[in-house]
Amino acid sequence: MIAKLTNNQIAWRAAQDIHDGAYVNLGIGFPEKVAQYQPPGREAIFHTENGILNFGEAPRSGDEDWDLINAGKRAVTLKPGSAFFHHADSFAMVRGGHLDVAILGAYEVAENGDLANWSTGPKGVPAVGGAMDLVHGAKRVAVITDHVTKDGKPKLLQRCTLPLTGVACVTRVYTSLAVIDIEGGRFVLREKLSALSLDELQAVTGAELRVNGAVADLIVPEL
Amino acid sequence: MDKTVTDLATAVAGIGDGMTVMIGGFGGAGSPIELIHALIDRFRATGHPKALTIINNNAGNGHVGLAALIEAGMVKKLICSFPRSADPVVFTELYLAGKIELELVPQGTLAERIRAGGAGIPAFYTPTSYGTDLAKGKPVAEFDGRSYVQERWLKADVALVKAETADKHGNLAFRAAARNFNPLMSMAAAETVVQAGQVVLAGGIDPEAVVTPGIFVQKVVQVANAQQEEDLNRANAVYPGAA
Repeated sequence: MIAKLTNNQIAWRAAQDIHDGAYVNLGIGFPEKVAQYQPPGREAIFHTENGILNFGEAPRSGDEDWDLINAGKRAVTLKPGSAFFHHADSFAMVRGGHLDVAILGAYEVAENGDLANWSTGPKGVPAVGGAMDLVHGAKRVAVITDHVTKDGKPKLLQRCTLPLTGVACVTRVYTSLAVIDIEGGRFVLREKLSALSLDELQAVTGAELRVNGAVADLIVPEL
Repeated sequence: MDKTVTDLATAVAGIGDGMTVMIGGFGGAGSPIELIHALIDRFRATGHPKALTIINNNAGNGHVGLAALIEAGMVKKLICSFPRSADPVVFTELYLAGKIELELVPQGTLAERIRAGGAGIPAFYTPTSYGTDLAKGKPVAEFDGRSYVQERWLKADVALVKAETADKHGNLAFRAAARNFNPLMSMAAAETVVQAGQVVLAGGIDPEAVVTPGIFVQKVVQVANAQQEEDLNRANAVYPGAA
């Protein structure tokens, strides 16, 4: 059993790469955790697809305003300098190249940058929401994910097997074991947990990990 | 000019069998629950309207609002992006039983198709869904070295919309994130019906604060203290409730 980062620690690592002044969209669920680990002194503006820029934390229980929700339909609060807008403007921000970063979850990521994160197959009721829009237009599309599935199978693959959300859209993957860039259709290892050898990491990765320059230790605080 | 009508039944009287109806809101925020319930009341009294095609971001939650409209058996087809919710049982059971059609559309594409419908643009190209199952059968073209999918406009016979404030000319202002699809749907329907928390005289909304100009609106009905879907669901409400 390899020691791995918790979801909070993966979110913390992804938050370190968000620059001051960035406009950011965080996917529903796990990616929302990234907001709480903004480095001190940096201010990012968070976008939610349903029409708010610069929303903040959840209100206290009992203080919810159900006209003030995020894309996950959870109650949020406003920060100074927030703005409301309709859905066409919201997705103009998404597709039009105005967001600096989008951070999303994943079922599978392929070395060519393909992402599968909306459907696990034909069973049940299909639902896509804004996932297919978000993978286009942000200057950087990053994924945060466990390195392997609950069954221990690789989530980083040569090609996705599940229905695609977008083609060649992901540029960086933060996993529970490593930080990996996607460049020229290949996975390029940037950081890994120091307790893990390159061979051990490769063994749980479904496509070749290239090393191009130094591989740093992936160092994250206890959270 | 006075676009106000006195009651909800009159407001929704123009909706007939087989029509396409846009319903504003994202989840419960901006959802015109009272207009939807008035439509259900008419169906229960007269058997009409039925076989509706509904355009909304979602498929309802619990047993009120859009979920109640579906549960009443009035909806033939749903065009939406995310037919899941905290309590999606109504839509889910009908869908899995093959009793309701679903056209699944990415959320931003749904918004832009509606905007295009209101703006007189029959089709447009978007990067969204390129290379995915949702682009199957749609024309693809390359612009500046990148591939895009052609999508078509969406229009409706009637739009049901919720606003915070309306004036008698139909100028609208919205509240917080309840704005969402409401301004777009107001543009894209032959008849746009608005429930507003307050209705004021012409001039009662600062022209700088008007989000949806009255040219897009045909009927306005005042619904003070409108219900919120989330509050109703937390109280386990069912519409129309036990007889």
